[in-house]
Amino acid sequence: MSETRILQKKSLGELFAKLTAAGQRLLAPVKEGELLNFAEVKSPEQVALDYIQTRSSAKLATFPPYEPLLRYKFNGKDVEQQPAEPDKRPTVLFGAHPCDAASFATLKAVFTWDSPDAQFETRLANLTIIGLACTKADAYCFCTSVGGSPGDTRGSDMLLTPLDAERFLVEVLTPKGQAVVAAAPQLFTPAGNETKDKVLAKVAPRFSADKLKEKLPAAFGNNAVWVEQSLRCLGCGACAFVCPTCSCFDIQDERNREGGTRLRCWDSCGFSLFTLHASGHNPRHVQSERWRQRVMHKFSYQPERLGVLGCVGCGRCSRTCPVDMNLAEHAQALAEMKA
Amino acid sequence: MEALQKKAKALLENGTVKVVIGFAAGTDAQTARPLFARTPEQAGKLIWGESCKQNLATYLLKPEVKALGKAAVVGRVTTARTVMQYAAENQIADDAAVLLIVSDDGQITELAKFADLEVYLAKVPRGLSPEAQKEIERLQAMPLEQRWAFWSAEMSRCIKCYACRAACPMCYCARCITEVNQPQWIPVATDPLGNLEWNIVRAMHLAGRCVDCGSCSDACPQGIRLDLLNRVLAQEVLTSFGGEAGYSTRKEYALSTFKPDDKEEFIR
Repeated sequence: MSETRILQKKSLGELFAKLTAAGQRLLAPVKEGELLNFAEVKSPEQVALDYIQTRSSAKLATFPPYEPLLRYKFNGKDVEQQPAEPDKRPTVLFGAHPCDAASFATLKAVFTWDSPDAQFETRLANLTIIGLACTKADAYCFCTSVGGSPGDTRGSDMLLTPLDAERFLVEVLTPKGQAVVAAAPQLFTPAGNETKDKVLAKVAPRFSADKLKEKLPAAFGNNAVWVEQSLRCLGCGACAFVCPTCSCFDIQDERNREGGTRLRCWDSCGFSLFTLHASGHNPRHVQSERWRQRVMHKFSYQPERLGVLGCVGCGRCSRTCPVDMNLAEHAQALAEMKA
Repeated sequence: MEALQKKAKALLENGTVKVVIGFAAGTDAQTARPLFARTPEQAGKLIWGESCKQNLATYLLKPEVKALGKAAVVGRVTTARTVMQYAAENQIADDAAVLLIVSDDGQITELAKFADLEVYLAKVPRGLSPEAQKEIERLQAMPLEQRWAFWSAEMSRCIKCYACRAACPMCYCARCITEVNQPQWIPVATDPLGNLEWNIVRAMHLAGRCVDCGSCSDACPQGIRLDLLNRVLAQEVLTSFGGEAGYSTRKEYALSTFKPDDKEEFIR
């Protein structure tokens, strides 16, 4: 299902007004100082449309940095439990690039592979993604190495491609995308023969994710490679926290004598505490083993077990890393490693 | 750059060190990355410039780097101050690392002995950069409410990735207070309280220990000016107790030193 239309940039204000009137919350890239982050917006003036990458990813639309799962109260020897209401707010994620849009398939695969996850699934069910194709890229982008592309439609309900200073080419991809058109049908005019390819950014593939997946099981035991790649790694969680597909979390109780709240908080396999056992033993006791886990999880375990790659090539980890650990570069080296 | 490479190569060739920790070109022109040169050829990749900001002395305490053998570290005055402060806190032995300190005019000073470091540091100008000084004055001129609003907004962007802690050479605790989780001392959530608690605890633990390298804010993915907190606290410690971190091997940590002849009566 894909129909094409034209949307004038000057009509975005009207579209935003219609969506807001229909009860939608709008999340979009917003410039804060030198940084871009996804935030709630009311008008297109607040939105950065010409950008390469936001600092934090769009995952917070379905998987926020922290969220309550349940609240409890101590009542003598009893505990009263109150599960947290899932967040049902209808939300439009506007202006996320194709890498971010694609990331929700990975998150969904993780959060729904065994037991249902009401918090995540409710947010995803109420999320409409209006993607924004990329007309520029930088040295950190590598979507084409992991199955994506600057004009990729996967994950978007509607994809906008800026054809020129005035117009977007609109691809309506899903029923949710059709609902956006239905909210303001007069704004979406016929597209004629316009195509997006000529304006899209060029991102040359760096490595083959399939080849990498084949190589990794044998590379697991090659300790020297992991130590060498991660010598400069400081063991912070910046890469995981800006990553659109990193989904590890920690369950924490914030409590006092009367009761408390059980929270789900982002966690990172780069932290030494992540695998620390109650006995004091840590199966991943040095950073090289944590780095190996990060690479293996994204490019070997997840494709093998869930059928999805744990990476969409957005490059945020590498842009953000305080010591310039470049994931694409390391993945390429591993994919090209001689057995 | 050539002089630096030459020096590094010589140190590796004559066996003084096993590894030179410096900077190599990064992903783009604005980015440098740490390099662990173990051969003279690798030392040929060393660069120096504006982008070489990180305080590499941090790596001297990292187990995988220690395993490589004696190291030389490329850096600035703040790198030298880090090693001095490590010495004061018994984290490094005398002559255990060689420092290649590059001055603003490109001169390289090679230092290894604590005594030489002390002499060198006694001569370098002290004080904050004009930029930091100006920013601190701007914040201190604000009414309390406005300053609180400023920091609340700054901290609201914190994602608790702990990149500040990881990049900070003085944040070397084997078990950070955030990792003491039975009970959990510092809230894990990135809510306003959790973010404030973490950043205040960190600033307090660095009060009088911070060596002014700015690696914390350089590392912060959300661009929070954590360095300003540390710099103000360093000034407070200097004014109230007279000590500055990283200029001598004597331990003068204001917040954990007790003197029987303290001028305050309540402490005696």
